[in-house]
Amino acid sequence: MAVENVNFAAASRKALQDPQLRANFRRAMDGLVTKRAAQFADAKEWNGVRTLAASVRTRALAKLPELLEQLEANLTRNGIQVHWASTTDEANAIVLDIMRRNGATLAVKGKSMVSEEMHLNAFLEEHDIEVVEADLGEYIVQLDREMPSHIIMPAIHKNTKQIAQLFREKIKDAKYTEDVGELTDLARRVLRRKFATAGVGMSGVNVAVAETGTLCLVENEGNGRMCTTVPPVHIAFMGIEKVVEKLEDVAPILSILPRSATAQPITTYFNMISSPRKPGEKDGPREIHVVILDNGRSSIYEDEELRNTLRCIRCGACMNHCPVYTQVGGHAYQAPYPGPIGKILIPQIEGLERRGEMPHACTMCNACVEICPVKIPIVEIMGRLRTEAVKKGGHVKGAGARASAREDAAWKGWAAMYSSPLAYRMASALMAKLGNAAPASLPLLKEWTSARVKPRFAGRTLHEMARKKGIPDA
Amino acid sequence: MPDARNSILSRLRASRDANGIAPQAAPPSDFTPLAEKKWDPAERLDRIRRLMEAVHTEFLETTEAEWPAAVRGFLEKEGLNSLLYAPATEAGARLAAEWGEGGPELVPYDRPVEEFKERLFDGVDAGVTTTLGAIADTGSLMLWPSADEPRLMSLVPPMHLALLKADALYDSFWQVLREKRWADGLPTNALLISGPSKTADIEQTLAYGVHGPKRLVVVVVR
Repeated sequence: MAVENVNFAAASRKALQDPQLRANFRRAMDGLVTKRAAQFADAKEWNGVRTLAASVRTRALAKLPELLEQLEANLTRNGIQVHWASTTDEANAIVLDIMRRNGATLAVKGKSMVSEEMHLNAFLEEHDIEVVEADLGEYIVQLDREMPSHIIMPAIHKNTKQIAQLFREKIKDAKYTEDVGELTDLARRVLRRKFATAGVGMSGVNVAVAETGTLCLVENEGNGRMCTTVPPVHIAFMGIEKVVEKLEDVAPILSILPRSATAQPITTYFNMISSPRKPGEKDGPREIHVVILDNGRSSIYEDEELRNTLRCIRCGACMNHCPVYTQVGGHAYQAPYPGPIGKILIPQIEGLERRGEMPHACTMCNACVEICPVKIPIVEIMGRLRTEAVKKGGHVKGAGARASAREDAAWKGWAAMYSSPLAYRMASALMAKLGNAAPASLPLLKEWTSARVKPRFAGRTLHEMARKKGIPDA
Repeated sequence: MPDARNSILSRLRASRDANGIAPQAAPPSDFTPLAEKKWDPAERLDRIRRLMEAVHTEFLETTEAEWPAAVRGFLEKEGLNSLLYAPATEAGARLAAEWGEGGPELVPYDRPVEEFKERLFDGVDAGVTTTLGAIADTGSLMLWPSADEPRLMSLVPPMHLALLKADALYDSFWQVLREKRWADGLPTNALLISGPSKTADIEQTLAYGVHGPKRLVVVVVR
């Protein structure tokens, strides 16, 4: 379900007019913010673990090429097959090939954001392969043919009534019920059949350990364990940045991820997979494949400042704390990663031509930076991307796509005025006299005033007032 | 795709080296914040119990001499008819030897899952496994499934009974990784389990047993 023409402004206007949607998000985000704060009530502990988690991720990125090679060698030694993909097309082709070689027509899939990047479900459906999302939230959005609206809670935009209605329409023999326990049981019944019969199970990867060749998965439902244990073939998806150096590096990430994401001390399951089924073992897949996807990440890696984006552990806390996300919800971003991390990651992956608008959907309030468990300077990167969008010759794909000669000239004039005392005095005196007469519809001013009241100029400049008080000119 | 591999790796290496970041320039991490997570050994079990009960885990206290009878008694009290067990483990052998006549049926997991799926998914009420111990920091059980004690025993049956030795309690996951040297040899699958399967995907309302066990019962063996 790739969005052809993205338009954040239009999509967010629509979202803002949906009181149900806004109520659903508001309630959910407020609750998560409060509960997360309680998990990190000890400021010293939070600072310590956060600094540690950030250092683990920074070290992994500093050694990234070596760690990826080590990971590949150890996975291979453990009997896990490694596939590399530069693009999502390549990744999809790899999956299709594995499915066909195994004669599989049904796959069950645990949560994987990389597979959302790949638009894997749509791709496989085109090739007559059924993919069933097994995470309850993902299952709900898949039934309604939507995209997830939050990376951790995919169906957070829906309330129970909407889900009850959806289940009644889409699940065979389902009765209408608003009892969450009964709805969950209904999904359990449907999905258990799928787990038992699917030819392939798919999953994401939260952390891959180079030292041991281990894939780690964090989850609450058990669908991740089902997908990685019951079907005869397991395919895991990871971005190139997901690796860490040592097994012990997993501990700080596991300590900080669930608390940041859903305000739990730990998830129900932490699943560490190091090999396919060995001789004598009675369950587990006979084949495991890992698809390591680049999709623009190696380009992000080239720039020292932008590289910080790749520290992300996908907890989603930045979304929960974002005043823009809380108002417009996840769908307005029309991207697999919404909210603050999406606003810096998606433009770098898809380019500023298509996504130059995204970094502007930010008030720069810094709330996301304060709670980011791996200290990503999200707002600084947001500013950098805004600059890149209007400056030709930058690092990011599509740099300069939003450059405007007029805006450029206006800023140059502004800079010239502010660096000359004479020009500044003349201009401010002129504005004090004539500024209020200027119509709001003037070019450039028009864009500012389209959503704001035009500022009123004071009758006298600050300089004049200061002089009158006897303060001499500098 | 081999081309993708080489182009990704050479690109990463080139840009990293161009920026003058030597791999050794990344400082080692200071794990003190995790090393500081310590509890009085006498408090560990209380903490584990409190954290796990907060997510609907149940606890059953028993002794080394009596646990098989305690497990049977619990199942009978709950009205359950069958228990999946691992016959080739020491615990499984003892369970079978002391089970006695009548009562819930003991179902051995002694075949590959392919020959056992129907029964496993639809025909057992509970499964019993051992654990390597538990972690006080987060209230988590550690499991290393094996050829004798397969992975799905703790996942598919609606109830999971986990035997926990009261003297196998640790402070933090980090401590276990270090002291037990997990990096020297991980099994096919290692797990931390901190409660029954749960979800909050429907309007953030907690529901238990979405895919895995609806109930987790920790059998504390003293």
